[in-house]
Amino acid sequence: MRTFAQALSGIVLVIPLSTGFCVPGVSAPSTTVFLPTPGAYFLTASTTQDNSDGQRLAPNNLSPPKDWPSPVADEHPNLFILADVLEYRQNNKDSDFRWDVQGWYGGDYNRLWFKSEGERNTALKADYDIDAQLLYGRFIKQYYDFQIGVRGETQIFRGKNVTRAHAVIGFQGLVPYNHEVDFALFISQHGDVSARFVGSRDFLLTQRLILQPRFETNAAIQKVEKFSTGRGLNNIELGLRLRYEIRREIAPYIGVSYDKSFFGTADRVRQEGGNTSQIRFVAGIRLWL
Amino acid sequence: MKSNSISRRTLLKGIGAIGTLKGLESILPSYVWANMLNVAIQPPEISGNVINLTIAETPFHVDNLNATAITVNGTVPGPLIRLQEGQNVTLKVTNHLKEASSIHWHGILLPPDMDGVPGVSFAGIEPGTTYVYQFPVKQSGTYWYHSHSGGQEQSGVYAPMIIDPIEPDPIQYDREYVVMLSDWSFESAEQMIAKLKKQSDYFNYQQRTLGEFFLDLKQKGWSATFDNYLAWARMRMDPTDLGDVTSHAYTYLMNGLSPATNWTGLFNPGERVRLRFIQVGVMTFQDVRIPGLKMTVVQADGQNVQPIEVDEFRLGPAETYDVIVEPTEERAYTIFAETMDRSGYARGTLAPRPGMSASVPQRRPRPLRTMEDMGMDMSGMQMDNMEANAEHKSMHIHGMDMKIENPKLPSVEHHIPGMHNMEQMSAQVNRSEIPGSTPVKHGPDDHGTGNQVVPDSTRSRLDEPGIGLGTDGRRVLVYTDLKSLHPYPDQRKPERELELHLTGNMERYMWSFDGKKYSDAKEPVHFNYGERLRWTFVNDTMMEHTMHLHGMWMHLENGAGEYLPRKHTVLVKPAERVSVAITADAPGRWAFHCHLLLHMDVGMFRVVEVSDVVPHV
Repeated sequence: MRTFAQALSGIVLVIPLSTGFCVPGVSAPSTTVFLPTPGAYFLTASTTQDNSDGQRLAPNNLSPPKDWPSPVADEHPNLFILADVLEYRQNNKDSDFRWDVQGWYGGDYNRLWFKSEGERNTALKADYDIDAQLLYGRFIKQYYDFQIGVRGETQIFRGKNVTRAHAVIGFQGLVPYNHEVDFALFISQHGDVSARFVGSRDFLLTQRLILQPRFETNAAIQKVEKFSTGRGLNNIELGLRLRYEIRREIAPYIGVSYDKSFFGTADRVRQEGGNTSQIRFVAGIRLWL
Repeated sequence: MKSNSISRRTLLKGIGAIGTLKGLESILPSYVWANMLNVAIQPPEISGNVINLTIAETPFHVDNLNATAITVNGTVPGPLIRLQEGQNVTLKVTNHLKEASSIHWHGILLPPDMDGVPGVSFAGIEPGTTYVYQFPVKQSGTYWYHSHSGGQEQSGVYAPMIIDPIEPDPIQYDREYVVMLSDWSFESAEQMIAKLKKQSDYFNYQQRTLGEFFLDLKQKGWSATFDNYLAWARMRMDPTDLGDVTSHAYTYLMNGLSPATNWTGLFNPGERVRLRFIQVGVMTFQDVRIPGLKMTVVQADGQNVQPIEVDEFRLGPAETYDVIVEPTEERAYTIFAETMDRSGYARGTLAPRPGMSASVPQRRPRPLRTMEDMGMDMSGMQMDNMEANAEHKSMHIHGMDMKIENPKLPSVEHHIPGMHNMEQMSAQVNRSEIPGSTPVKHGPDDHGTGNQVVPDSTRSRLDEPGIGLGTDGRRVLVYTDLKSLHPYPDQRKPERELELHLTGNMERYMWSFDGKKYSDAKEPVHFNYGERLRWTFVNDTMMEHTMHLHGMWMHLENGAGEYLPRKHTVLVKPAERVSVAITADAPGRWAFHCHLLLHMDVGMFRVVEVSDVVPHV
């Protein structure tokens, strides 16, 4: 894990070095002598100008040569990948699992975001439900990223595969009282509108033992039978996970997850013979790099 | 005082067969080899008119852990360069790294192309090449030099530079040691920045936990505790945020040695020992004391100051203080340099004989940030950390300062605008006005998304020792104590004032000036050549920063009248405004930045240009 992370951070570091730090030539020994007399400027570049009209050298004459490097590396991009949920979920006959992974590549203000959520949920009868997003994010208002992009969604149910694409407008960040929130509005290729909200907060029991309540809900305006989506509130998922940060990046956890379907979605789940509400114990690992 | 300098070098040089140690620990400079034999001597002084330095990677060991350091002439710290005021020096620096490098002579007045900042003074030193620095030495005192390229400074490219005065040294001493404090990490500054950009509290393992919450409930009651925790949570800030990088990643070194290795300097009881403290620590503020000894501060940032006796002083990144101690007893003394966040310490020993050591003090509990550090308006009398512990309270609400002290918790001082206590008032005879003594409301500009919050108001806090200090009865150095030994020539009143806001977004690990990082504000800050100006630094963040100006002195406007001290690096506390007077006598382009390396590297950096023509607006 560590070496992988290091390798990746190495890649990140190499990119700006190759663009920003290509200093051609050899720094020639300078033997100029400093004369601190008024009006006598010290120029390393050979752009000394005539000042016969009494006008002294303009500041831009002091500008450094174009090929000098930046004195600081404040435009270094970074790569962040976080698996906030990556877990096995206890189930009587089958083993279910779920993930929620996201991350970004970029600088302070502009980032390319990627997100993926997915699960194998035998009780809901949609054996696999996988979702991936690619978004452009702009840092706004001190705490938030405004995101816009695309989302692909696929569900596999008894060998049948349904897929659709969405446009995404999202909003993610840290709200007062230290809650991480992630809200997104989706418009599918057929014009169906749905939304998702995820909120979580960390409570430190000790410096390394951290309790994370997590809430997720989905809602839709139109009923889309193919995707087992009813009108209105679709479902909620409440999680409580206790992780131990072996290091910040690696934290195994145990927890409990409760989910419940509502209204049309619940009807659809019942039709398919699934459970509209379940509590499961989970075990997983939270990772980032 | 008259100089004596009783052949101090000959006194100390004789000891120690350095040569035999070379094979033993070639990475350590000789003041450290000395320690290996438990004999303390002066570092080998490189002096003369032509000095050769080589930057290269070298294996390095800290407490039996192997690492690779980037070194000057093969040691961490590098060799002590000892110069004479008035000489001309040529320093040939050869880069044996695979990346570009540089050396900046910190605090030295020199021509701009000799200043060693890649992209500002020159192009940098490419691998395999040599850059020749040449300048007349026009000052004296304790200084240092370091790389100004990327994170090389953290990785070991730093060393002391001492310039002996032409005139007899007004500071009397029998013996001297450089005490160079640094923060060593097995990871690079670049790796640290990457982590902090992803999780800004990555290195903080002193956060408030459930246990502390219960303790607070018990000690402070439900309502005060909930108010406090909710207030911080509402602001999305952490009162335990005392430093971005902690002992989780750093081992704090003294002259390149870990606390366990215990750097030792020898003395004979009765001698006056001059200790030249230099804070290299790229992200570390340290509180220095020597239990059992008073320290007389005689120099700050290489400039002589009127002697002031203290028990403790805070040393911010790139600051230096020279102190005189006079150990009279035949016993060992611990030099203890506790980090401001109390997560770690550097330690060494002064002893009459090799192999001795004194007890190492317990670290004090980590303090908490207060609403005052946030620059909260105190008109609402919102008391953070306020204690119901009546016996420790001393409230003088009627027009005076209010001070609430508790031995376990940081004191909270609530200065009521425009008011001073009696002590300050009487001390202000013969003193000049301190800009910002009266709180100044922050303007409407929130400095944009790159800045998390703005304080309601900011004010001078020069008379405060800083967070976690001053509540335990120790006399701690404060900036208002500093008075130059002699008045400096330029006593003009500043003709104009510039204001610069220190800004940042801690949640995203962004640091900037006026809300803009360097790459978004490459236009230089303009000084008119020859002018005397006031530069006011307004700290809108709740972290301490050290402002470093290259090429010119900053005269700290601390109320010392004509004795304003000169500094190359000025510590600015949270929600503080500090003014410095600058004589713009050095034409050219100069770097100006926060000397916390990670802050600088993410953009808390500007170019200052001294020229005749006001740039087009």
